[in-house]
Amino acid sequence: MVGITAYGGYVPRLRLDRQAVYAANKWFAPGLRGSAKGERAMGNWDEDSITMAVEAARDCLNGDDADMDGIYFASTTQPFKDRQNAGVIGTALNREDGLAVADFAGSQKAGTTALMAALDAASAGRRVMVAASDKRKTRVASAHELQFGDGAAALMVGADKVIAKFLGGYSTSVDFVDHFRGDESDFDYTWEERWIRDEGYAKIVPPALKAALSKLNLKGSDIAHFIMPSLMGAVPKLMAKAAGIADTAVRDLLQDKLGDTGCAHALVLLVHALESAKAGDKIMVVGFGQGLDVLVFEATAELAKLAKRKGIGGWLERRKEEKNYMKFLAFNDMLPIEKGMRAEFDKKTALSILYRNRDMIYGLVGGKCKVCGTVQFPRSEVCVNPNCHAVHSQDPFSFAGLECSIMSWSADSLTFTPDPPAYYGMITFPEGGRFMADFTDCDSEQVKVGQKMRMTFRIRDVDSMRGGFKRYFWKATPV
Amino acid sequence: MAKGIKDKVAILGMGCSKFGERWDSGAEGLMVEAFMECIKDAGIDVTQIQAAWFSTAIDEVHVGKSGIPLSTTLRLPNIPVTHVENMCASGTEAFRGACYAVASGAVDFALALGVEKLKDTGYGGLPGGRGAPLQQLWAANQTAPGSFAQLASAYMARHDVKYDDLKRAIGHVSWKSHQNGAKNPKAHLQKAVEMDTILNAPMIASPLGLFDCCGVSDGAAAAIVTTPEIAKSLGKDNLIAVKALQLAVSNGSESGHNSWDGSYFHTTRIAAKRAYEEAGIKAPRNEVSMFEVHDCFSVTELVTMEDLFISDEGKGWKDVLDGFYDADGKIPCQIDGGLKCFGHPIGASGLRMLYEMYLQLQGRAGPRQLKDPRIGMTHNLGGAPRENVSSISIIGRYE
Repeated sequence: MVGITAYGGYVPRLRLDRQAVYAANKWFAPGLRGSAKGERAMGNWDEDSITMAVEAARDCLNGDDADMDGIYFASTTQPFKDRQNAGVIGTALNREDGLAVADFAGSQKAGTTALMAALDAASAGRRVMVAASDKRKTRVASAHELQFGDGAAALMVGADKVIAKFLGGYSTSVDFVDHFRGDESDFDYTWEERWIRDEGYAKIVPPALKAALSKLNLKGSDIAHFIMPSLMGAVPKLMAKAAGIADTAVRDLLQDKLGDTGCAHALVLLVHALESAKAGDKIMVVGFGQGLDVLVFEATAELAKLAKRKGIGGWLERRKEEKNYMKFLAFNDMLPIEKGMRAEFDKKTALSILYRNRDMIYGLVGGKCKVCGTVQFPRSEVCVNPNCHAVHSQDPFSFAGLECSIMSWSADSLTFTPDPPAYYGMITFPEGGRFMADFTDCDSEQVKVGQKMRMTFRIRDVDSMRGGFKRYFWKATPV
Repeated sequence: MAKGIKDKVAILGMGCSKFGERWDSGAEGLMVEAFMECIKDAGIDVTQIQAAWFSTAIDEVHVGKSGIPLSTTLRLPNIPVTHVENMCASGTEAFRGACYAVASGAVDFALALGVEKLKDTGYGGLPGGRGAPLQQLWAANQTAPGSFAQLASAYMARHDVKYDDLKRAIGHVSWKSHQNGAKNPKAHLQKAVEMDTILNAPMIASPLGLFDCCGVSDGAAAAIVTTPEIAKSLGKDNLIAVKALQLAVSNGSESGHNSWDGSYFHTTRIAAKRAYEEAGIKAPRNEVSMFEVHDCFSVTELVTMEDLFISDEGKGWKDVLDGFYDADGKIPCQIDGGLKCFGHPIGASGLRMLYEMYLQLQGRAGPRQLKDPRIGMTHNLGGAPRENVSSISIIGRYE
């Protein structure tokens, strides 16, 4: 039996108030009024699909350091066109050896397709993590600006302690272009909604749902949770009805508090469903995008035994309302804001240095001295303990999962940061080790000596002179 | 057994350019300005100088590397010129090199000259940059004020000092330096400032406001040193001799080992102990007449006065508020205005501090002359509280 063995989620802390967006844009697009309800998740300036996927993957692993055989990363907003994005996630999770990684992209169903592929791998005896994440750019005053949200989900797939057994699936490919994002654009171009609904969803989805049910000898009424993302809120219910699935089984799309997280959304909703599913519940997941994937799972008794994690629900609870639409635009590079000369410093990365130190930079791996036991960051040639002096004595020691606290701090208004002031300070780990770290996702009242912090994988710089190479490292954020 | 530098080297002459936003001058002009005063004061000819140490800290923004910029600017007679860089201690390092050369007997006359031309970047504050290539991949996005503000947060936490008390104390540090700078025609900032203005200034890096930060200035300073015997043979009296030259450099323990709490300068305490021992000073609070310390930020000065063992640990802020370090206090600190108001052209600063001590000890400090000073102590702190070079020089009358 293969299936899902663990889940994790991630939602950025900031939630953009849709009324604030509408208030700024109604002079131009009064028709958006109907969509200007609730809030959408808004990634911080230092978050992208990779960093969000790393957070979801960490939530999924929940301290589990067991081997995995692969990471499949699904996103339509992967930071690199040619560089293994999934591999960055692997290195951030301190996993490289024997790891098969792949990037899934190109469609809104990339998330379900990656999951399908991981289930195939699990059938062949492998344990694979699927991470899906999207942070899509939207034009000012567009419907997408209100509809989309940033977020990520991760699922571990394998054969041990399965929490949701994979009953089977069905896929089909139809080159139905309801929207596209060409390689010359950051934005989606969308055809008329009525055509998408009537000629697309209505004709492509129901036969596939029925085919899947029939293949699995199930009836529509067997489905306890029906998951199908769509930018048209009424569509999932229409599709469910056509397949004989109860109205009450249709999962909420989390449009009110999260927004549509792109190709991650089917998995985001699946994680959200697993957080409350009961053993025996059958869950149907549909990913739609130039065809569709249908996957059916059944929750097992193992689900209740899964160690508690944040999941989508937990991350949704960690929120900060953001009413500043200008900040949203600036964070998403939609505003030619005056950054000053301090933003001009060259951010060229020496790739050879990055490679040599990748466990330190991406994995937050320091050292532990074999002679005196001192834990330190970074790992160094000579032990940092002033009384030790041992040379080449340190074993790798991972800090990423450890809690730390603020020893000293400042709020710096001089340095350039997209979100001033820049908070940073010396963080110390009770196990040993300390370094001066940037803080993120924090408010002024949270930054104080003694504040407990956790580490999070973030963007520190974007090298726009060289096509957008992103520098990643770890920052501290209030627990 | 080493006996130290005490009384082996005398200052033959010193010079210092006007500090400030010297839009009129490049680094070369500043160097010549300081050197001309210095060589005239020394009373020797340029051809008699046998070795030189040249200090800058951010050479990328002005003179470039090597000893060549000094040698070509002053047309030195093909003597050895060594370019030194040790962040904010660079000027003191040039002086140390020159003194050691004389003390060793290798040369009779050595020049130390430091310069920094900062005001050609197009923006306020220190020239930026993100450090070495590996540092760029993980070091916090910090500036000088932000890294010294760390000290304030840790000091308040360690000694349970209230924010308002610390803010007032560091405000007084700057207030006092502005009072002093107003009497110094070579100072960058020569205006006395009200406490309210200081306390209500825009925040740069909490809790440091605009007036808690020193001037970013252009300037140069120079010294020519020789032995006391040669100085006397040249007819000099009222000799000022070097009593101690110490430097303590972080080894990473503050920044990487949990034995340091962030509330003090580990290196300064070490350098101070060594310097007092080298100079034979037993009770610094009674023996040192005046200080020029590294007040890059007001809080740096406050904490440094504890680390130099003048104020008790955790009580420095009270001494400051009591006026202990004011011009009319027990031990005046920054009588020339300090980095705060004289200015901080980094490579020149250590030599500028010595310049003021030298003038004071010779009774040539004009309207800011202190009464009968005998021992002057300078201190530089390059880097950040968590990782730095701390230099101390003590000079005094040659008895």
